[in-house]
Amino acid sequence: MRVRRLAAWTALPLVVTLGLAACGSGGNGGSSGSAQDAAVSIQISEPQHLVPTNTTETSGSQVLAGLFSPLVDYDAQNKPYEVAAQSVTPSDNNKVWTIKLKDGFTFHNGEKVTSDDYINAWNYGAYAPNGQGASYFFEKIAGYQDLQGDKPKAKTMSGLKKVDDLTFQVALSEPYIDFRSMLGYTAFYPLPKAAFSAPGVLNDSYEQAPIGQGPFKMKGTWQHDSKLDVERYDAYPGEKPKVKDVEFRVYQQLTAAYSDLQSDNLDVLPTIPTENLSTAQSDLGENYQTSPMSSFQFLAFPTFEKDYSKPDVRKAISMAIDRDEITKSIFKGSQQSARSFVSPVLPGYRDNTTGAAGQFNPTEAKKLYQAAGGPSKITISYNGDGGHKDWVDATCNQLKANLGVDCVGSAEPKFADLLTKVEKKQPVGLFRMGWVMDYPSMEDYLGPLYSTNGSSNYYGYSNPEFDRLVKEGAAAPTQAEAIKKYQQAEDILAKDMPVIPLRFGENVYGHSSKVKNVQMDLFQRVNLVKIEAAS
Amino acid sequence: MFRFILRRLLQMVLAFFGTTLIVYALMFAGQGDPIQALAGERPVTAAQRAYLTQKYHLDQTGVGGFFYRYLDYVKNLLQGDLGQSLTGRQIGDILQQAWPVTVRLALIALAVAIVFGVTAGVIAGIRRASIFDNSTLVLTLLVLGIPTIVLAPIAQYFLGVKWQLFPPTAGAQPSLYALLLPGIVLGSLSLATALRLTRTSVAENLRADYVRTARSKGLVKRRIVSVHVLRNSLIPVVTFLGVELGNLMSGAIITEGVFNIPGVGFNLFRGIRTEDGPLVVGIVSVLVVVYLVSNLVVDVLYAVLDPRIRYE
Repeated sequence: MRVRRLAAWTALPLVVTLGLAACGSGGNGGSSGSAQDAAVSIQISEPQHLVPTNTTETSGSQVLAGLFSPLVDYDAQNKPYEVAAQSVTPSDNNKVWTIKLKDGFTFHNGEKVTSDDYINAWNYGAYAPNGQGASYFFEKIAGYQDLQGDKPKAKTMSGLKKVDDLTFQVALSEPYIDFRSMLGYTAFYPLPKAAFSAPGVLNDSYEQAPIGQGPFKMKGTWQHDSKLDVERYDAYPGEKPKVKDVEFRVYQQLTAAYSDLQSDNLDVLPTIPTENLSTAQSDLGENYQTSPMSSFQFLAFPTFEKDYSKPDVRKAISMAIDRDEITKSIFKGSQQSARSFVSPVLPGYRDNTTGAAGQFNPTEAKKLYQAAGGPSKITISYNGDGGHKDWVDATCNQLKANLGVDCVGSAEPKFADLLTKVEKKQPVGLFRMGWVMDYPSMEDYLGPLYSTNGSSNYYGYSNPEFDRLVKEGAAAPTQAEAIKKYQQAEDILAKDMPVIPLRFGENVYGHSSKVKNVQMDLFQRVNLVKIEAAS
Repeated sequence: MFRFILRRLLQMVLAFFGTTLIVYALMFAGQGDPIQALAGERPVTAAQRAYLTQKYHLDQTGVGGFFYRYLDYVKNLLQGDLGQSLTGRQIGDILQQAWPVTVRLALIALAVAIVFGVTAGVIAGIRRASIFDNSTLVLTLLVLGIPTIVLAPIAQYFLGVKWQLFPPTAGAQPSLYALLLPGIVLGSLSLATALRLTRTSVAENLRADYVRTARSKGLVKRRIVSVHVLRNSLIPVVTFLGVELGNLMSGAIITEGVFNIPGVGFNLFRGIRTEDGPLVVGIVSVLVVVYLVSNLVVDVLYAVLDPRIRYE
């Protein structure tokens, strides 16, 4: 008998939990009420961080785009125009920039936005011990170097100077023509005084319910792995949003979000999953949409290896790839063939800068390849977790057929593993890379990707003439002159062919029948001010 | 009995630390560059790399570094601190959010397996070679043959999107109704196994001597099956289901992904993908506890089902 009673006690917790499983609250539905009070839901993945200077991925940036208003935004031609700033005026040599703020902006807690809020936020972001992911955006500001290292010399950048409550000056260490464009990036949002517990120390709780000065304010706190609710901030002086509530719903998998979109449980899906691309157009009808974005996919050469050190070998490989065939059969037209080194969304973009090397020409390619003595075996490395296998294999098959070489695709588990190997100069062969711009400027492609000290130049490409032209472009007095220099630099790339441009991306998105006027920007973010409920 | 449970509990402490050591060592050995994995395809600045390296002691490598980090981890664990994930969230908080929904899902799956699996198994066992028996045989074969990664999206598409019988996804605070479809999908595999186990066991016991005796005593068939046969037939099924409870909680990675349930499986998947050592070890530690406890419950239930089994 004793045995049985004890067993009953052990089994009891199980029964209790079973009972608990029956409890639970119901989920809320979609939009309702009049159009002005409508609620919309948008898919995101779990953001990594929600502090502006620490937010570099799309999901976090999407949320912050609702909570904050940038100093400048970009028009249809991707030229910057002022939003929270009244004016952004450079000195004659583009070295000192005076930023005047618009009067009337307040943070969601009622604080008036002043120039101090910008200066404090930027200093916080640049200070190395804070470990902010976007800190490199401040490196052009004078005094940034003093905030680096284990024990920085200073806590504030000498280049930031307050003039009055609504005006401040930014001194750069080098003249930079595109600084105005740069100000549109997430890292340049201000932080309210309430965000700091002491000067330069951010409240731990700030991230859980960020206070901004944008069109929407937080409703409650960040519900991790679940959702983030925001509502219209009525005191916002800029363009008023046309919906009242936005729910950013966290999905782990895009395919799950796609199922919800099909049954109107979700309003906007900013990226249609690759698995559903072939059926999405018929599934969604006119709610399936595309718009330009800035992503750029390319194959990089280890130019430090003897096999690939000759530009002719690199050009021959490029000519042996039929880009149009791959974009059509594998990407179903959701990406465009690339034959230039910068994205078509940029001012200064030109078609076909790669010239003959970008055109598919198997006979010429083979001749050139043999004359230049290219390797008899080509490897293309890629990260296995990003859905790259199909196009890499297709590219390999084209190289096999057109160049008569042996070609294999080799998968690394993650992009980090691939980079580690490349950095150690292990033989990986060609490897795939991608790039999305931070702000619309040719320099944002040319600088990091191809200049000798570029942050993403993993392929050892170095051409002093190119570096000089990019530098001169950045220091040019006018946009037109800058673009001219950048274009000259791009021409050098076409001669040297350090990478093979493959494809430019597009936003391929869908929305439910409950919303209309859904627009996406170049950064894969939904425009939260324009979206409306369909009545 | 009391001493038995006490002894098992003490063994559990040892098993717990042994497994965390192994899991920690595996994560440590397999770790490439977690900072780059976290950043995805963006370049990482030197400042941020230095910050994260220092914060998570990532510079401590080799055997000495391993024990330094493991002991540091255990020290914090004993103070009830599971540490921080690489994105700076408290792992305790993550688990606190992830467990309830996973437990609910697992229990629904288990309930489905028990109610349908055991019932159908008993019927199939009694009516051996009948149409019912044969059709369940084919059906279970089918279910056992289809992996969850296929079954879950198909069920979601037809029952959720096309015919709109269930909500297509469940979300973080799902209603019981929203969890039903994922629960059925998750439980279908255990259901099939439980059904086959019960059927075989019942069929075998029906031919046992004690059943013949009971029948010759003139007992009604109902009583023979429900009291005599069922009790003996359930021993293997209970063993299976007990272990299965642990499986259901850890093995829901696919189901949780398809139905967007941010439970343990999702966090485990994310932790492995971003090489987030502390998060993976934290989750696995709790999973180990679940396995140990469910095994203990199974052992105790044995004694109830079969009085001949004694633990002294």
